[in-house]
Order: sequence, then C-alpha cells, then structure tokens
Amino acid sequence: MKGMTVIVKTVSSWVKVLIFLFGIYIILFGHLTPGGGFAGGVILASSYVLLMLAFGRRFVEENLPSSVASKLDCLGAFLFAMVAILGLVFGGTLFVNFLYQEYLPGTPFELVSAGTIPLSNLAIGLKVGASLFLVIFALTVFRYDGSRKPGDSDESAGGTPATRE
Amino acid sequence: MNIPLPMFVVVPLVAAFVLPAFGRRLKPLATLIANLVTLFLLVLAVASVGTPAVYEVGGWSIPLGINMVLDGLSSLLLLAISVVSAAAMLFSARYMEQYTAKPKYLSLFLLMVAGMNGVVLSGDIFNLYVFLEIASIASYALVGFGCEHEELEASFKYMVLGSIASAFILFGVALVYANTGSLNMAYIADAIGRMGTNVGLTLALSLFIAGFGLKAALVPFHAWLPDAHPSAPAPISAMLSGVLIKALGVYALARLIFNLFGVSVALGWLLVGLGLASMIAGGLLAIGQWDFKRLLAYSSISQIGYVILGLGLGALLMAQNANPAWAALAILGGLFHLANHAVYKSLLFLTSGSVELATGTREMRKMGGLGDRMPVTRAACAVASASIAGVPPFPGFWSKLILVIAAVQAGFYWIAVAIVAVAVCTLIMYLKVHRYVFLGELPPDLQTVRENKGSILFAMAGLTCVCALMGLLVLVPSLRSSVLDPAVSVLTDGVQSSTHLMSP
Repeated sequence: MKGMTVIVKTVSSWVKVLIFLFGIYIILFGHLTPGGGFAGGVILASSYVLLMLAFGRRFVEENLPSSVASKLDCLGAFLFAMVAILGLVFGGTLFVNFLYQEYLPGTPFELVSAGTIPLSNLAIGLKVGASLFLVIFALTVFRYDGSRKPGDSDESAGGTPATRE
Repeated sequence: MNIPLPMFVVVPLVAAFVLPAFGRRLKPLATLIANLVTLFLLVLAVASVGTPAVYEVGGWSIPLGINMVLDGLSSLLLLAISVVSAAAMLFSARYMEQYTAKPKYLSLFLLMVAGMNGVVLSGDIFNLYVFLEIASIASYALVGFGCEHEELEASFKYMVLGSIASAFILFGVALVYANTGSLNMAYIADAIGRMGTNVGLTLALSLFIAGFGLKAALVPFHAWLPDAHPSAPAPISAMLSGVLIKALGVYALARLIFNLFGVSVALGWLLVGLGLASMIAGGLLAIGQWDFKRLLAYSSISQIGYVILGLGLGALLMAQNANPAWAALAILGGLFHLANHAVYKSLLFLTSGSVELATGTREMRKMGGLGDRMPVTRAACAVASASIAGVPPFPGFWSKLILVIAAVQAGFYWIAVAIVAVAVCTLIMYLKVHRYVFLGELPPDLQTVRENKGSILFAMAGLTCVCALMGLLVLVPSLRSSVLDPAVSVLTDGVQSSTHLMSP
C-alpha cells in the first residue's frame, strides 16, 4: 500500500489536523454540547483512518505503532475506572460525582463544570479513539496478509494476539 | 459485613486493563496479580454469603439509576464463578506457558470473570445484556486463542451463533422496555404483574428463551458448544463449561422466567421439555465421542439439561399450585446440580488439559495406561467422574437423588426414569474415559509421559477437595440454610422477590 496521489496526500495532511482538533473539541465540550467521549474518540480515530487511506499503512504504523495504541487503549479504560473508584473513595459510592458535589461545583455551561463528567469523557475519548484505531489497523493488516501467497506465514500479523510456540 | 457490590466487577476489570501493559519480562508478575485478583474475588464471594444487599451506582436511586442486587441466587452463582475461576487461573499459571501473549490471555480471562460477575449482580436487564456481551466477547477471543485452523473455525462459529443470541436478547430487552416502560427488574416485574402479558411481552419472552437457551447450549440450540469448548485452552474450557453457560444462560433464564415474567404451566412444560431433550441427546451423543474434551463438552449439554429440568419441574409445580415443598425440592435439586456441575465439570476439563499437556493428544484411542504415570490427574478424574455419574458419597448423587424424589413426589414417574437412565448413560461415558485414558496398556510413543508439576497439581487437588466435600452443602443443615435455601427461596418467591426492591 503506497498511498494515493499527491493531491490527496496534500489535502489530507491539512485536513487531518482540523479533524483531530475537532475530535478534541467534541471530547472536551462533551458535557456542554452534543457529543462526548465516544463521538470525539471516533473522530480522533477517523483522522488516523484518513492518514491510513492517503499515505498507506506503513506511514501510520510509524506515526502511531500499534503497541502504543494498545497501551493508550488500556490507559483510557484504566482512567475511566479510576474516576469511578475515586468516587468510591471520596464520595462513598462508586461513580458518584464527588467533584461536583463538594470540591468543584463550577457554574453551569462553563467549560469547568459538571464535576467528574469531563474527566470520564476524556478517558472514554482516549479509549474509543485508540481501540477504534486498532480495529481498523487490524483490518488493514488482515488485508495485507491475505494478498500474500498461502503458505508463507513467517511474519505473524500484528492484529492476531497469540500463536502457539 | 457490608461489601460494595461493584467490587466484584471493578477489581477484575481494572486488573484486566492493567495486565496487557506488562511485557515479556513482567509475565510472572502479571500471573501473580491475576491469581491474587481471583483469590480476592473468592474471599469476597465467601464473605458476601448470607448478606443480601442492594447497591445504587453513583448514588442514584432506582428507577433513575443503575442498581446491583445480591440475593441468594446471585450469591450461589458468585461462589461457583469465583471457586472455578480461582482454580482455572491457578491452573493457567503453568498451563498457559506453552502459548505466547500470556498477559493478553490473563486480561481476557479477567474480563470474562468481570462480565459474569456483572451478569449475576445486575439489577436491570439492560446492564445484564451489557455484561453478558463483555463475557461473551472475551470468551469468543479465548476460544480462538490458539490461532490454529480448527480453533479459529470453532471461535468463528461460536461468535456467529453467540451474536445471534445476543441480538435476540437485545431485541427482547427493547420489547420489554417498550411494553413496560422500565429496564429495572423490580419495575418490570411490577408492571407485568399489574397489566398481565400481551403479545409484545410474549414475543420478548420467546426471544429470551431462544437467546439465553443458545447461551446455555440447550438442545436444539447446542450446535456451537461441542466445537467451542474443546477448542479453547483447558482452563478456559473449564470456565466455559463450568460457569459461563450457567451464568449467562441458566441464571439469566431463571431470573427472567421466575422473577420477572412469572411462571406458567406452559413455560414449565417448555423448560421440562428442553431439559429432557438436552439430557438425553447430550448423553447419547457423548458416549460415541473419542476426543476427550469433546466428550466432556457433550456431557455438559446433558448435565445442563438436569439443571433446566429441575428448574422447569419447579416452575411447573408452582404454576399448578401443587405442594410448594415439592416445587422447592425440584428447584433445590436443579440449583445444587448447577453448583455441582460447575465444580466437577471444570475439574474434568482441567484433568483433560493435564493429560493433553503430558501426551500432546486428545484422542482417547491413542492413550492408555496413564493411571500409573499420572496418579494425581487420575485421582482427580476419578473423583469428578464418580460425582458426575452419581456414585453415592459424591455430590452428584445427592443432586440427582433430590431431582428423582421431587419428580416422584410430583407424580412424574417417567421423568424420574429418564433421570436415572441418563445417569446410567453418564456412568458409561466416564467408564469409557477411564478405560481408554487411565487403564490398559501404555502405547509405545507415550513411554516417557510424566505427571505435570506445580500449579497444575495444586489447582486439580484443590478442586478435587471442593468436589469431594460439596455433598456437605445439602447434608449439613446450617450450610444448606446459608447457601442453597436462600437461592431456592429467591426462585420460589417468584415475582415477589423482585418487586420488594421497588422504592416506595
């Protein structure tokens, strides 16, 4: 996969920044506007999908190796669980919005408001962005493997988790 | 003691997300952490016996929020899940060394445990569906973990059928929400009790029976199980056959039928029919198998039939307003058989894994004479086989006896005959296992076989002790009244045991 023409490459290298920025905006303003962690995460992943289509799989693999993406994926889920557990520690109940109730009430419709909800959105955005990127990455890997002749399976595909030793 | 119920889900979930970050060098640490998590869950499950509790997540009261409910039935399932997962995790510590990517395996394992714990604790049907999907998807990946042709094929088949089942269940959830206006079990039970059933709810119930029946591998929905369970690594087969089909299938079905929709004569007969079909078909199909793990998988179908038969008999007797003592006895038999089967079938799968690791084959015709070479495996297999076949001092005998007594007292003599006939069938298939695996001549290519060491032995020995002592659960009155009786009364109380959770 060598990527597409120079026109597509140039345009997508400008547009990817805007898409990524828009994803961050959707995540950060998740508690104020429609959207949130999941939608923003999908947009983040889609900026990488654009790169993958325009520049090919190798380029994206150098930019964001799948090992890093899978660590980000785990980190997002871990942070989300931590928000829940902090609720248990500070508020006495799992998932309780302790920031809003006690420490950081904020004013409604401001960016800093709604307590732990923006934090949860951040964690979910990270999780969804990374895992959706991995899903699409794995799909391109399988296509790559399928194009080879059957029989030569020297290089184990990045998306397959385990092989017998 | 007041335990925050989400701990049962959160602890394995957090561990599952931390473990994949561990690289090759930290593999022993990852194994240790995973074992500590399952042990912690076991301690938590034992500590939570006899303390029914309700937990409102985020401090939001129902029907606005999500609640988790621990009652007698959930407690019994939690105990079974945590005992089996602790043993299977200990077994994997050594067994899974033959595969790469062990931290990923541990992570998926804990994800599956988190999903199952969530299913049995969930107080509303949508979260039940979400946790069911977590456990199912983890199990699809684990079945194909070996990445060999046959394993991937089994995993794909399991995934397609499992997704169809999940789609049925989600559709059923949507129909229930449309017809009752609630997803919380207490409010659904109340709404159904007030307005009775209609076409939508009947369709939802039939979708649930098909969906959860597929998850529980009842005949005619069983086609995926004989492929999926043998293909998984042995500790995962133990988890799948031991607890997954019960937590995802039998528990959810029992909860919905007894506590949400309420029992009726037709439903009772349907469950009895499904149970009998599974018992007989699974038993007869198992006898002809020559693959050790495939035989065990077919035998799981047969034993799940016993559980469903017991529950169905109870539902039938409750709906006919027969003597409630016999209904309770039938349900007790079913639930006790569920607990027994969780322990001895997982033990049998662990022994099959031990044999496979030592000999490199699952084909029983290529084995023989392993009894002297692998004494611990043989002893564990003997105890579990005696139990599953219903040899008297072992727990399987007591659960089948209870079912026979309940059937006879209710006047269904032919059901009692069927129970005994399938028990004979089970005895034949396990005699076959012993004859071809542990007795006879040692084949020339297996002369160097030696017993496995380390955690494999500890896991089998521990589970053998639990299996041998399980009979005490019904024989000792104090144990029975703290573990089994509350579980039975959750089901015999029917809709009442859901609706009392409603906020006033």
